[in-house]
Amino acid sequence: MINPVRFRINGAWVSVHVDPLMRAVDVFRDTLGLTGTKEGCGEGECGACSVLLDGRLVNSCLIPVGALEGRDVVTIEGYRKTARYALLKECFSEAGAVQCGFCTPGMMLAAEALLSVNPHPDEAAVREALSGNLCRCTGYSAIVAAVMSAARSGGGLW
Amino acid sequence: MVRVYRPESLDEALALLSGKEMAVMAGGTDLMVKCRAGAGTLPSFKKDVLLVGHLIELKGVSQKGGILRIGAATCMEDILRSVDVPEYVKGPVRQIGSPAVRNLGTLGGNICNASPAGDSLTMLYALDAVLEIASAGASRSCRIGEFIAGPGRNTLSEGEILKCVIIPLGAFNRYFYRKAGLRRANAIAKVSFYGLAYVENGKPHDARMALGAVAPTVVRSRKAEELLCDGSLVCARQELLSSMAPIDDVRSTRGYRMVVAENMVDRFFKEVTAD
Repeated sequence: MINPVRFRINGAWVSVHVDPLMRAVDVFRDTLGLTGTKEGCGEGECGACSVLLDGRLVNSCLIPVGALEGRDVVTIEGYRKTARYALLKECFSEAGAVQCGFCTPGMMLAAEALLSVNPHPDEAAVREALSGNLCRCTGYSAIVAAVMSAARSGGGLW
Repeated sequence: MVRVYRPESLDEALALLSGKEMAVMAGGTDLMVKCRAGAGTLPSFKKDVLLVGHLIELKGVSQKGGILRIGAATCMEDILRSVDVPEYVKGPVRQIGSPAVRNLGTLGGNICNASPAGDSLTMLYALDAVLEIASAGASRSCRIGEFIAGPGRNTLSEGEILKCVIIPLGAFNRYFYRKAGLRRANAIAKVSFYGLAYVENGKPHDARMALGAVAPTVVRSRKAEELLCDGSLVCARQELLSSMAPIDDVRSTRGYRMVVAENMVDRFFKEVTAD
């Protein structure tokens, strides 16, 4: 039985004394107070709960916190301290890619997961990278345009 | 209360599992949804849980002498990133879930879950994949078609873990895969079809065909494949389609599944009989 579970989140190691089956999204939001991660569907279909796990995009509603033992998590709260975030934020604003904002943390982390392995994606690659993230306000064109624009102007950042 | 175990090695995992019934969890993308209890609520697992997704003995992709080996807890994305995996194996994997789901979901999980709509299964049936199964102090292997017993049922015995998926590769120059679902990402297939062949002068050799989500388990007909290679297209079509037993369910209807499966088969026949 693993308790506490120890992992790194946004650069700092934490030990959480919770049931290891508790969903990571609940631990982030309720135990650690990191409410930037949203829950939409709770079954891996909407991407609102996306975080980076060891640098890769994952749905935190599908992960029991016990599986985070020893691993590295970045939520939108950690990502917002980076220059990459600052540029993406500007591009999202300029493209009108944010309306209610519920999908935005997941969209931005999905964009980061893409650009970190493919700094110069074409539109098809951007759409594929965002395909697990649902937006119910703006539609996708503005979001895709924002990510393309970040890729174009992000020389050296990714 | 359900207990959760996170062993440090495969041996420790097998010792823990010996003589006990546990839910073995690799990526969690199916189990966490099945046991979902809502926001802020603990998932409702009925059995103790054994976490195996981190075990290196269950991970990795390698190829030697035309035999591809994929560790059961290798996530879908790692299969896509491997240079050892040919495109006709990657193709169906690329259409599973979404990028985030493919970073969690594992090939072994997709197999053990044994869904009639399991996206990797048509490919694994068509390629005659063999599964390596470990238990404390023993191991055995089993063909994919014998491993999957029915919808959601596999033939793992108590104490056993799926360790590795072995895929014999071949010389194919036609690869065809279609999946019909509600959306491009994260859709569970209404119907899927996987086909392979080596085509020379408009004549297919070593044709492989498998249909998903149209019967309790994946449908593959070796007789239909032989008929296709012999040029008996009408008989081959009839033989394959008569093995289907599609149903009406939340995702689709029997009629729709029949028509779409027929169309996919016809498309494949056209591709393997053209020069």
